[in-house]
Amino acid sequence: MAKIIRRERLVPNLHLLEIEAPKVARKCKPGQFVIIMPDERGERIPLNIADWDSEKGTVTSVFLVVGTSTQKLSILRSGDEVPVYVGPLGKPAEIKKFGTVLCAGGCYGIGAVYPVARAMKEAGNKVISLLDVKANYLLYWEDKLKAVSDEFFVSSRDSYYDCKEFIPKVLKDVVKTTKVDRVISYGCTYLMYTCSEATRPLGIKTIVSLNPIMLDGTGMCGACRVSVDEKTKFACVDGPDFDGHLVDWQELFSRRKSYFDDEIQSLSYWEKENFPKN
Amino acid sequence: MPDKTKQMPPELKAMLRAGFNEDWRKELRKSLPVKERMKIRRQKMPERKPDLRNKHFKEVNFGLDAKKAVKEAQRCLDCANPQCVMGCPVGIDIPAFIKLIEAGKFSDSARKLKETNSLPSICGRVCPQESQCEAVCNLKKATGVSVAIGNLERFASDFERDSGKVFIPKALPPTGKKVAVIGAGPAGLTVAGELVKKGHKVTVFEALHVVGGVLVYGIPDFRLPNKILRAEVAYLERLGVKFEMNIVVGKTVSLEDLKNDGYDAFFIGTGAGLPNFMNIPGENLIGIYSANEYLTRVNLMRAVDFPEYDTPVFKGKRAAVLGGGNVAMDSARTAKRLGAEMSVIVYRRSRIEMPARVEEVHHAEEEGIEFHFLTTPIRYFGDDKNRVKAMECLRMRLGEPDSSGRRRPVPIKDSEFIMEIDLVIVAIGNSSNPLIGQTTPELEVGKWGNVEVDWDTMATNMDGVYAGGDIIRGGATVILAMGDARIAAAEMHKYLSSKKQDTNDS
Repeated sequence: MAKIIRRERLVPNLHLLEIEAPKVARKCKPGQFVIIMPDERGERIPLNIADWDSEKGTVTSVFLVVGTSTQKLSILRSGDEVPVYVGPLGKPAEIKKFGTVLCAGGCYGIGAVYPVARAMKEAGNKVISLLDVKANYLLYWEDKLKAVSDEFFVSSRDSYYDCKEFIPKVLKDVVKTTKVDRVISYGCTYLMYTCSEATRPLGIKTIVSLNPIMLDGTGMCGACRVSVDEKTKFACVDGPDFDGHLVDWQELFSRRKSYFDDEIQSLSYWEKENFPKN
Repeated sequence: MPDKTKQMPPELKAMLRAGFNEDWRKELRKSLPVKERMKIRRQKMPERKPDLRNKHFKEVNFGLDAKKAVKEAQRCLDCANPQCVMGCPVGIDIPAFIKLIEAGKFSDSARKLKETNSLPSICGRVCPQESQCEAVCNLKKATGVSVAIGNLERFASDFERDSGKVFIPKALPPTGKKVAVIGAGPAGLTVAGELVKKGHKVTVFEALHVVGGVLVYGIPDFRLPNKILRAEVAYLERLGVKFEMNIVVGKTVSLEDLKNDGYDAFFIGTGAGLPNFMNIPGENLIGIYSANEYLTRVNLMRAVDFPEYDTPVFKGKRAAVLGGGNVAMDSARTAKRLGAEMSVIVYRRSRIEMPARVEEVHHAEEEGIEFHFLTTPIRYFGDDKNRVKAMECLRMRLGEPDSSGRRRPVPIKDSEFIMEIDLVIVAIGNSSNPLIGQTTPELEVGKWGNVEVDWDTMATNMDGVYAGGDIIRGGATVILAMGDARIAAAEMHKYLSSKKQDTNDS
């Protein structure tokens, strides 16, 4: 059992979850993830690690509410417990001095990319952060990211940030004026895909954190297989970070939707159980 | 791999001889002449009707009743030179436990089993006895039909458990030594049981949230009910074994951390790793599972009870399972139970080369599983949603024997045909789990990610670190894992005892 220290809504649909997990907190490295099970009947789902405090013994993730498991997580309160919290899993992100590193994050990936940006900065890189949101009120952790960045940009579809553009356009603009040695793109599959496509013609190596469906998360089941450079890889032990230019994105898109109908059924079942009419 | 031509160790021989010469055994032998014993027919295991059981997950076999068990035990000739013991990877004193059943001392029989086997009610269900103890049974040589050793093992241990009076052997006085067992599967549980009885303090670290490893995520309830496993685990807990769940050694804690926490010896039993695939076109289409994933969804995550439980699984109408082992049988029978109209085993060799237990193949056939022998898939086709809808197969014929001694399948030219399916389960084995090797650089690891050991002692290249089961073998069986574990436990005990000496000297 692991205790919830804090669960709060950051912006609509995105929540922060801070969990008491001293052993995990001691070992965390940027780019890794945990497997969590919201309750005894829940799924085992992966969450990127967005921050940790090894002294306090807590680990923080940011998650998007999509299906039953994340709905269940989104109503937890501090003091509640989850039956399974295991990690840190996956290979850590490759951190070294590359020169200039552009960290692009969107959705839950703003949280997930934060420790990578921080570590890249500590490794002596010039860090450019580029956060993508659909509207200005969906931006979070602006201050945290700014604190570890030399330059900071936001792409947003509303007029607030004066760009009205999706991330690849802004990314292309940035690299026009600055020599970027590496791009790190964390977030929803579409964001990672479009960032990879934007940098492909420019030849800038782009690292993405893949998010396929997982089950055990420890290299036993093979649910999380992805095709990278035409070879089957297992995201939980070979990743989750991969070279975005080598990923078979269409396969990942379709495999992520494997249980689309089941997810709807599961969610409506859970809602009926927990929020009955009358 | 271990040497299979080994002679019986002298201590074991002496122990068997002593048991053989006990007065009650002599009496029992005299009570029924060999000729009469040989006339008794093998007692049939009562089982659920195939057309009913293939719709639910209740256990197929009911187990022998006391009357049948005694009758079956009478068939055992109590040989002076019991070959069966040599056929058993853990070296159970088989004549002794069988004769205790014949004498009506069922609980004593269970205790006799537990002297060498920490998990008898599990082995009685899942061991491939027909290729081990029962294969070399002297009665089989004489009459063609062996004693039903496995069924008797199951009977005695079930009897003890159901009686509610499970005997807890007294542990030896505490040695003050701490043992870390990594992985709560059959190998880990065996080591834990052996070493805790010797007075060591044993903690088992498990990555998943339930104890049992393959016994819980892999083997379905209809073959090994969960409550049987839970009872065996409860027994280990009563012996004093501690379990720490949700810990991935190598990730959450390292071997080094455990050493610093004061652990003196280690057993790595982290089991199966990445499942093998065939690397043919279309293999990552939706609806193609590894057997590990498929069975884990159904057994561990309870997808059978979806949406009450959140984890889903595809309930295909036409299921194809690739492979010919026990895992393939389990997968095909599970697919049938989840509503498949057609569930077919596709195996590239012929029936006799299948590694599955004869009983499992027999049960599968009874339940309506179809078999396509000498067939191999060469690619898959998907629909517009990337869901698998068909596979192209190739017919094979058997050629010359390969390194495994089995005849190698050779493709027949122009024999391609299409099989329409909507669910594929790839059950062609797995490699060893990669995590501990990846994260423990000083540990010697082989080409396939398997931990390298000295097969006589199960010692790895690291001092005080031992390993056994699928982590050293790739995909093998529960009982081989337990056999490794017994050797490792004995060696670890020696190691720990000698270490005590060291500290006294210094």
